[in-house]
Amino acid sequence: MTFASFVIQLLNGLAAASSLFLVSAGLSLIFGVTRIVNFAHGSLYMLGLYGAYSLIEALGRTPLGFWSAVVLAALAVGLAGVVIEVVVLRRIYRSPELFQLLATFAIVLVIKDVALAAWGPEDLVGPRAPGLSFPIEILGRGIPAYDLMLIVVGPVVLALMWLLLARTRWGALVRAATQDREMVGALGVDQARLFTSVFFVGAALAGLGGALQIPREPATLDLDLSVIADAFVVTVVGGLGSLGGAFLAAVLIGVAKAFCIGFGFSKLTLVVEFVIMGVVLVLRPYGLLGKAPATPRAIGETPPPLGPPRRWPVAAWLVLFALVPLVGDRYVTVLLTDIVCFALFAVSLHFIMGPAGMVSFGHAAYFGLGAYAGALLFKKAGLPMELALVLAPFVAGLFAVVYGWFCVRLSGVYLAMLTLAFAQISWSIVFQWDELTAGSNGLVGVWPSAWLSGKPAYYWMALALCGIGIAILWRALFSPFGYVLRAGRDSPLRAEAIGIDLRAYQWAAFVLAGTMAGLAGSIFAFSKGSIAPSSVSIAQSTDGLVMVLLGGVETLTGPVVGAAIFTWLRDLLARETDFWRAALGLMILLIVVVFPQGLVGGLAALYARWRPA
Amino acid sequence: MLRVTDLHAFYGLAHILHGVSLEAKAGEVVALLGRNGAGKSTAIKAIMGLVPPARGEVTFAGARIDRLPPYRIARLGLGYVPEERRIFTELSVMENLEVGRQPARQGAPTWDEDKLFKLFPNLGRMRERPGGRMSGGEQQMLTIARTLMGNPKCVLLDEPSEGLAPIIVQEMAHSIRALKREGLSVLLCEQNLRFCEAIADRAYIIEKGQIRFGGTMAELAANTSLREQYLSV
Repeated sequence: MTFASFVIQLLNGLAAASSLFLVSAGLSLIFGVTRIVNFAHGSLYMLGLYGAYSLIEALGRTPLGFWSAVVLAALAVGLAGVVIEVVVLRRIYRSPELFQLLATFAIVLVIKDVALAAWGPEDLVGPRAPGLSFPIEILGRGIPAYDLMLIVVGPVVLALMWLLLARTRWGALVRAATQDREMVGALGVDQARLFTSVFFVGAALAGLGGALQIPREPATLDLDLSVIADAFVVTVVGGLGSLGGAFLAAVLIGVAKAFCIGFGFSKLTLVVEFVIMGVVLVLRPYGLLGKAPATPRAIGETPPPLGPPRRWPVAAWLVLFALVPLVGDRYVTVLLTDIVCFALFAVSLHFIMGPAGMVSFGHAAYFGLGAYAGALLFKKAGLPMELALVLAPFVAGLFAVVYGWFCVRLSGVYLAMLTLAFAQISWSIVFQWDELTAGSNGLVGVWPSAWLSGKPAYYWMALALCGIGIAILWRALFSPFGYVLRAGRDSPLRAEAIGIDLRAYQWAAFVLAGTMAGLAGSIFAFSKGSIAPSSVSIAQSTDGLVMVLLGGVETLTGPVVGAAIFTWLRDLLARETDFWRAALGLMILLIVVVFPQGLVGGLAALYARWRPA
Repeated sequence: MLRVTDLHAFYGLAHILHGVSLEAKAGEVVALLGRNGAGKSTAIKAIMGLVPPARGEVTFAGARIDRLPPYRIARLGLGYVPEERRIFTELSVMENLEVGRQPARQGAPTWDEDKLFKLFPNLGRMRERPGGRMSGGEQQMLTIARTLMGNPKCVLLDEPSEGLAPIIVQEMAHSIRALKREGLSVLLCEQNLRFCEAIADRAYIIEKGQIRFGGTMAELAANTSLREQYLSV
């Protein structure tokens, strides 16, 4: 490595860091004040890119046209943020935080299809920045002038944000509301307007981050989830709520990525930020410049106690489900096989995020690793299909042992982000290890043995195994083990004060849930005959979250109902329309606004109200 | 000024207030006395809209306020000083005051930083200090000052003497008398009877979510059995 190439990569990294910082600063600001983890923040960034592309086309490729387009795109995305806040989020500030998360997932789906309808599926490559496209020579190499300008933008925005927060009344209100928004309201401040303004600023920052990238990267439809993953990492590495920390982390990660590309380790770029995040969180659990969160004032109530499942209704449903292939056609049987796999996946996710109180943004890791383990044991190790199917969950469980050891050291949002990091590391290994996993093509020819090759036969086997998996998880919840988990969720201090090693229990729960997700994945792989990296992706993780939250995280059967409805709806909508994501997203939003306790919880509440006294 | 009629309130499923009625007239200092868990704080929070009242009526300066969100109630001129102080610990003294700032209103004394620093001289000496690095007594002064920045007509004080050293309690009594001289109405809830005797015009006693006594401080002083039944520990 020569000194010149070192400097060039450093500058590349710093240029990339600016946009990363902008989007993370917006995410952090919104989270601080509203306590909403805005999963749609990457989508707002994506809108900024697309918006800038179209506005430049409309206003002309001149310096004036370009810069007006960038500013207008940022403001337009800010307004989109206002619409989201006013139309959706304002109605659910009193709902449990996880339900607000579900709403932002739905917004991701809607925005993706809005972008698809408006700009089409092709990548759009924007123009070079007019007037700044010439290279500037540094140490004998050319660097685009625009990149050097971007390096300046990051610190400038940091300084402006600091002034805004430290020197204005708005800034004092934002910082006060970050600590105690109820008190701010009792002092006469209209929280709704404050939240709307915060959303405007946060969204506009994301939009600006996206718009500024138009000369450097094409506008594509899968930016939403990749950018939100990056922004989560930056926010958490820097420390939630710390602008300076976000800047530091953006620089660290931007530069690390640039070095990976520049020095021939391009495969590492997908992993490096998550490795940094893992290391930072283990060493400094609240990020580089973050502080331990002040105990947030409880706004929601603690979840109601769970009732154990009633045997007879469960048995009746099982029999009913078992009978379906006798009357239904092949299509119904295949759909039901998907549903039982996802039901186990969702129940295993609910097991850690509901009763154990550890929200995972990366549960697909265990589902996908189970699926790949099954396929590899079968194809590469030559094991009989039955043995591969049954061993695969334990491979997923082994990964959960390692990942879980780190994760249970954290809590809340930090824990969720770390699970996302591990899932993303797993995904990039699967995606890039061509020799073993066949990379992006995935593995094919993963078919079950002859006696299971009929769709009904495989379905009955899946129903039996997933049923056993769910039974084990539910049984565990009503054993002393399950009571300890719930005690730890509701009051970690008191649980430890009576002599419980909470982390050990949480770790065990993590491993059990991971193993069960692995079982679901392995059954799923053999039912499809193939497996692709998407089974380990963020999208798969968020699907699981949507299933659990849709059904209702506070109920036992909610995840099963949520998995069934989500899988069925997605299948149905995908057949009817190209814009099934938007349709699904709008349905979820409707449910979120009408049933703030989730489907099962909401229906139970309705039943309680209308039941004859 | 402030009239509460038959107020009921719940925390989750627990029925805390069982029909509380009380009144604070213009310029009056009224104490709501009771033991721990009697419902004092809940009554104050229900008036302020922080705990939604389930039944009953609250009128303030002639307007119904029992269905309004807290910020609307505050903007009508009803100030709230919470029990746990709830200072913004990351914000300086000046910034804490800024968050409380509301426009001047007719029929209520107008406050600004200088006037508040005359009332609480300690605060004036630590304008840039973050709220988190102040003593309990200083924080209690700052909470009151922060609420006064909203130029209220009436303030609700939730246990202002709690956890303070005796000398600070005396200062607090002095400050509350100063508020009365400015023409403010005050409703405060307290466990400290002597503190109330020093500042209040009238008192109510609350027990198990119901008002058991209402009258002047002199009437309360004359009634030993009442004090023993509801107030002594």
